[in-house]
Amino acid sequence: MFFTYLWRELRRRMRQAIFIAIGLALGIGLVITVTAASAGVKNAQASVLHSLYGVGTDITVTKAPTASSSSSGGFGFGFTQGIGSGSRPKSGTKIDDNTLTSDVTLASISSSDVTGIAGLQDVAAAAGGLTLTDRTTTGTVPAINFNNTGGGGGFGGGGGGTGGSGGSGNPSSFRADFNINSFTVNGVDIANGELGPLSTGKISSGRTFSTADDSSDVALVDASYATTNKLKVGGTIAIGDSKSKATNFKIIGIVSEPAGDNPADVYIPLGVAQTLADLKNDVNTIYVAATSGQDINSLASTISKDVPGSTVTDENTLASEVTGSLSSAATLVNNLGKWLAIAVLVAAFLLASLLTMSAVTRRIREFGTLKALGWKTSRIVGQVMGESIAVGIVGGILGVGLGFGGAALVDKFSGTLTADLASGVTGSATPGGARFFGGGGGGGFGGGEGGFPGGGTTSGTNPFRGGFTNAARAADTAVVHLNATVTISAVVAAVVLAVLGGLIAGTFGGWRAARLRPADALSKVA
Amino acid sequence: MYKLTGVTKDYPKGRATVHALRGVDLEIQDGEWLAIQGPTGHGKSTLLQIIGGLDRATSGTVDFDGRDLTKLRETQMTKLRATSVGFIFQTFNLIPTLSAQENVETALVPLGVSDRTRRARAVEALSSLGLGDRLRHLPGELSGGQQQRVAIARALVKEPKVLLADEPTGNLDEDTRDEIIGVLEKLWQEKGLTMVIVTHDSTVARRAQRLGTMRNGKITVKQRV
Repeated sequence: MFFTYLWRELRRRMRQAIFIAIGLALGIGLVITVTAASAGVKNAQASVLHSLYGVGTDITVTKAPTASSSSSGGFGFGFTQGIGSGSRPKSGTKIDDNTLTSDVTLASISSSDVTGIAGLQDVAAAAGGLTLTDRTTTGTVPAINFNNTGGGGGFGGGGGGTGGSGGSGNPSSFRADFNINSFTVNGVDIANGELGPLSTGKISSGRTFSTADDSSDVALVDASYATTNKLKVGGTIAIGDSKSKATNFKIIGIVSEPAGDNPADVYIPLGVAQTLADLKNDVNTIYVAATSGQDINSLASTISKDVPGSTVTDENTLASEVTGSLSSAATLVNNLGKWLAIAVLVAAFLLASLLTMSAVTRRIREFGTLKALGWKTSRIVGQVMGESIAVGIVGGILGVGLGFGGAALVDKFSGTLTADLASGVTGSATPGGARFFGGGGGGGFGGGEGGFPGGGTTSGTNPFRGGFTNAARAADTAVVHLNATVTISAVVAAVVLAVLGGLIAGTFGGWRAARLRPADALSKVA
Repeated sequence: MYKLTGVTKDYPKGRATVHALRGVDLEIQDGEWLAIQGPTGHGKSTLLQIIGGLDRATSGTVDFDGRDLTKLRETQMTKLRATSVGFIFQTFNLIPTLSAQENVETALVPLGVSDRTRRARAVEALSSLGLGDRLRHLPGELSGGQQQRVAIARALVKEPKVLLADEPTGNLDEDTRDEIIGVLEKLWQEKGLTMVIVTHDSTVARRAQRLGTMRNGKITVKQRV
């Protein structure tokens, strides 16, 4: 009788039932669409952020270079060949210099800090990383005809943040012609490979590092860098050291980083990188995984205190620095979309409740008659609620369909989103991604009045970063596709919302029905 | 069966209080047929609601088979209505979305009888009233007289002790009125029902054993010869 009565009643007021169901469906469909879009944006953000962090990394720790430490970032190719300070290189001198230096935007952190952080409560794992730059300069020193007696002149290398102090030579009197190649090198903590720069990459050919490679001259090469430079597994790549001496590394694998990433060009074991860069027991980035997502804020605070002068960055910090259409989409979804969905849902609930109450009011005599026949109030309320929940479920099913449709539309029309990492942000605030930003230090090659004017060419996939000048570079842009994905939990939530909508409407209607006096049925005809 | 003593019923209407019943004393015997007449607004329906357990008296006692209805809890009143009292209304009060058979079945729902028994008893009740070929018809597809017969079947299918009817022929033409009164009289005789009918129609009232007249919330009862 319950279902017969329910079905007949809904069929009698079919239009109203459909109207309520569509209202609920719109609200639920919007909720699902917004949830799917939100999930898509989150995934896109996570993709971008993970590319900076590495999957599984919750916190990164870096240090900004101080004024004194920044001078180390400069370089001059003639140092080891006696053409630097003090004496000018003779014309015709062949230059072939391969130097491995620490990223000028990052100061060194002691490896003992990695151990210290790893021992902290709430830390699941910690790994050190060393971001380095390899620069190769080749060419021949031209004849130089200085027509004044200004001191120094020539190569103004070794400058700090303000550029090197060069002499007052006449730069127009000679022209240098050098080839300068540069690529980024990451020292990877093999023992904690699940953290850090390699964690997002997939080996497209060859193999990844094993613990046996800890002190070997082996390298993984980024797929795009390998393609550009025609590098293959089994080949070699020359990497310099702090004394400009090159070592050939055997390429054991090609690694592909996901879209949106801005990977290093070459990865080598951390210990080897430390030795080459003369940074034994030093790293410049620490990757930290927390035991729980809820511990991240307190952990970041603890690390800040334990590693003085450090910049501790978590996902929220980094996310706040991401702009572009991805950020706009996140704002749109999180603000407008969320509130629009809530508003429509609340309106649908209210509409359903009001229409149900109205229907109950019209059925006073009917319910009064049932009470006169001995129906319990709870049974009548149950009947009203059953009808409302049935409408809610229909609305929920329609809403899920609308939600899938909405998500598909978002998927189709959202296209690709860009995540811009603003220029001028200090590199130290961007762990792992310090390579993205112009830094505070930087050498002064050609810096200073009368300095070596350069004129060399730059090649390679990566431009100089933080090397030549201190000027902030143009913003880096990661392109990601928004995949609005409807999750099972969103569907379940939609069904729960639908039933909730029915329950709310049914509660109001039931409350109205419960308040009915059975005598009302007779009073209608008295 | 019924013994009402000093029954009053007051209810608010705006700022005023309406004294619908002003001390009703009434006895109704088992198997008796009482017709109640009187002008509109003088308490006929209020009295019917109180003896049917649909409303509660403000004061006085309403004894029904040894139980004072004024002291029963709501659940007990609901059970009493479900088992012992059958109602017939002027406007039939059938559920418009349910068929004739399903309407009759609604009276058996509170009794918890099985679906099969419920259906069988409903069919039997309707068939006995000549509606065996109208089981699946919706109320809107039946004439006024047929609808009232469905309502009668619904009131009697649970075999109540008392049948209370509020203007059962008020919406019917003369021929149908006579038909319905004939049906009620027959059932009263066959089943030994106690029957209380509120009516404006003297033709109907004349068929009853006793005739009560409500005026200003009080009743006077005459034994018909």
